[in-house]
Amino acid sequence: MSEQGVAITGMGIISSIGNTVEENLNALISSKKGIAPIVNIQTKHKDVIKVGEVLLTNEELAERLGLIKENNYSRTALLGCIAGKEALANAKIRNIKEYRTGLISATSVGGMDMTEKYCNTFGSDIESQKYITSHHAGDSTQKIAKQLGISEFVTTISTACSSATNAIMLGARLIKTGQLDRVVVGGTDCLSKFTINGFKTLMILSDTDCKPFDADRKGLNLGEAAAFIVLESNTVIQEQKKEVLAFIAGYGNANDAYHQTASSANGEGAYLAMQKALQVAGIKPEQVDYINVHGTATPNNDASEGAAIQRVFGESIPDFSSTKAFTGHTLAAAGAIEAVYSILALKHNVIFPNLNFDNPIPEFGMCPVTEVKEKALHYVLSNSFGFGGNCSTLIFSKN
Amino acid sequence: MKPCYIHSIASISAQETLNSDLFLRNVIEHESNMISAIRPNYKDFISPVASRRMATGVKMGVVTAKTALKEGGITQPDAIITGTGMGCIEDSEKFLNTIINNDEEYLTPTSFIQSTHNTVGAQIALGLECKSYNVTYVHGANSFEFALLDAQLMLHEATANTILVGGVDELGKKFITDYALLHDTQKVPFSEGAHFFTVTSEKQENSYATLQAVSCIQSIAVEEISSRVRDFLKNNNLSASDIDVVVLGNNGDEYDMYYSRLQDSLFKNALQLEYKHLCGEYYTASAFGLWGASKVMRNQIVPDALRINTIKKSQYKTILLYNQYKGEHHSFILLTAC
Repeated sequence: MSEQGVAITGMGIISSIGNTVEENLNALISSKKGIAPIVNIQTKHKDVIKVGEVLLTNEELAERLGLIKENNYSRTALLGCIAGKEALANAKIRNIKEYRTGLISATSVGGMDMTEKYCNTFGSDIESQKYITSHHAGDSTQKIAKQLGISEFVTTISTACSSATNAIMLGARLIKTGQLDRVVVGGTDCLSKFTINGFKTLMILSDTDCKPFDADRKGLNLGEAAAFIVLESNTVIQEQKKEVLAFIAGYGNANDAYHQTASSANGEGAYLAMQKALQVAGIKPEQVDYINVHGTATPNNDASEGAAIQRVFGESIPDFSSTKAFTGHTLAAAGAIEAVYSILALKHNVIFPNLNFDNPIPEFGMCPVTEVKEKALHYVLSNSFGFGGNCSTLIFSKN
Repeated sequence: MKPCYIHSIASISAQETLNSDLFLRNVIEHESNMISAIRPNYKDFISPVASRRMATGVKMGVVTAKTALKEGGITQPDAIITGTGMGCIEDSEKFLNTIINNDEEYLTPTSFIQSTHNTVGAQIALGLECKSYNVTYVHGANSFEFALLDAQLMLHEATANTILVGGVDELGKKFITDYALLHDTQKVPFSEGAHFFTVTSEKQENSYATLQAVSCIQSIAVEEISSRVRDFLKNNNLSASDIDVVVLGNNGDEYDMYYSRLQDSLFKNALQLEYKHLCGEYYTASAFGLWGASKVMRNQIVPDALRINTIKKSQYKTILLYNQYKGEHHSFILLTAC
């Protein structure tokens, strides 16, 4: 089987630190976080949580997309369409039908933001019924596909907080094996009462700005965001003489098989995912220059991920940081958000800081990068883990 | 992609499909528009402690996964790939109702924990302590087919030899009644079910069928359906006259015109089968179709309950499955005899 390389030629993002790739980069290099009290959702918990919220309203997002007022787009779909369109434009794709092009999106919230508002009136109020069909997870993907003009290979992955990483991984495999020439991959999730209350009951929401990998971390800040990247085959790159931002060098997926929500103490799933990704990339651990860790700032995740990183990298742990103190944990989208940040890191030879860090976790003594750090980067590894033991890792390379 | 092999199968559906070897000889005629699956005695498969926390879809998924693995003599698959259109709607509804009714107070996490779409795949992995590749597809009526496609891709990449792949959906309570309001032209009931298969890279002694190809297409205009089917067959070096049996996802709504176009032209001379009057409609109902087609291929027997026409074939060697939902989420699955 002749294998195709997997080039990244475009990216798009909307998050609490910016509505474009450029805005996100500027926020990252000026340590400007997007964590604040919640504005768009009415919730009883608004005084005790802080979130990474996109401040544009649904109406404003719909207007940017040129949608009619009566549309039935969930916020998940709206955010996804904005990021997807930026990714296509960034990749300078004018004729979407020119190559076999797919879309793989990821979501966990799907249309829940509308369902939680209207579920009690679906039976009686005709106006709200339009949101019944936008509940299922595939709906947001279909709407993004429509906005991008992709009508053939369109699918959705949902593996909780590792979803987008798996979407990117599937895209890379389809390009590598020649099943597709080009694929838009990423994820989208909006904030909802459902997830706010869910994480609240698990008692893993922090009432302050989250502190990833800190000894005194209290939990995560939820966030909302969408990000997509465009993957293209060697053939397309050569035929179109395209500029390449970076490559996907490796990927790995494993299951912790330990508990529905908690991660194992030795980080077995995370360890296996990183090992597989290194193997696919054909590189040694010491070749990794920077790890964008999952780093949700929950006591359990950071301890488990720290243990896994120590098992993989031993004494020489590469520079690492969690960018979740900027954006909050954007659930199914997180892997795509952090893919964009990893690509930006490679492209600009810069490591983004792990904000709010004071003291290392005593058992590990691991200190993340806490200031913007310039450094030549060749390989960046990004982790995403989710409920259900789903652990996934991507490795991005410059060449 | 390289072909792979359907090695073992298991079904829980609105028919007696889990325990019975009768293969749809005594079918249940459904009269209501909402039908639960025939539930097995879960105690035979899952410990009561674990079972108590599991919603219907998770239980059905775990039971069919165990059954398919047992039939295949497999203890550890190299990957677990699941498709579900609605995910864990039962626990989602439960948690959502509590949020609304209790005004965001006095909530417990159990139903939230079990509401994520990947719960079925996760619980199967947990039960088997299976640390391998694990992914869940949630793309409407293509959810199961994408799981199958991923499985074939993995076997093609030679990163796995034996994969557990399935589709699961549960009815839930309230959302489905609202949904049914909007879809009242459908003639078959709404239902639920779980189907798991093991697929292998090498042919085994008792393999059901060769899985030649799976293709999913988001949208096709009805005028183009015949040419798209022809293209799919051509990519597999076949033409319409090579198809012995065509298995169609008719559900009685206005989009059945996609099927009737094929029934009246390309597949006029093929044995035509349908199944949704037996298993009902749900996003992963097409997995029931594959379960049935696999049995037809191995047993070389076609139950009368599946037949649309009476065309006789001396052998059933090449079977095409076609499904779509509301003119979207089209899928083709091509099986040949082992």
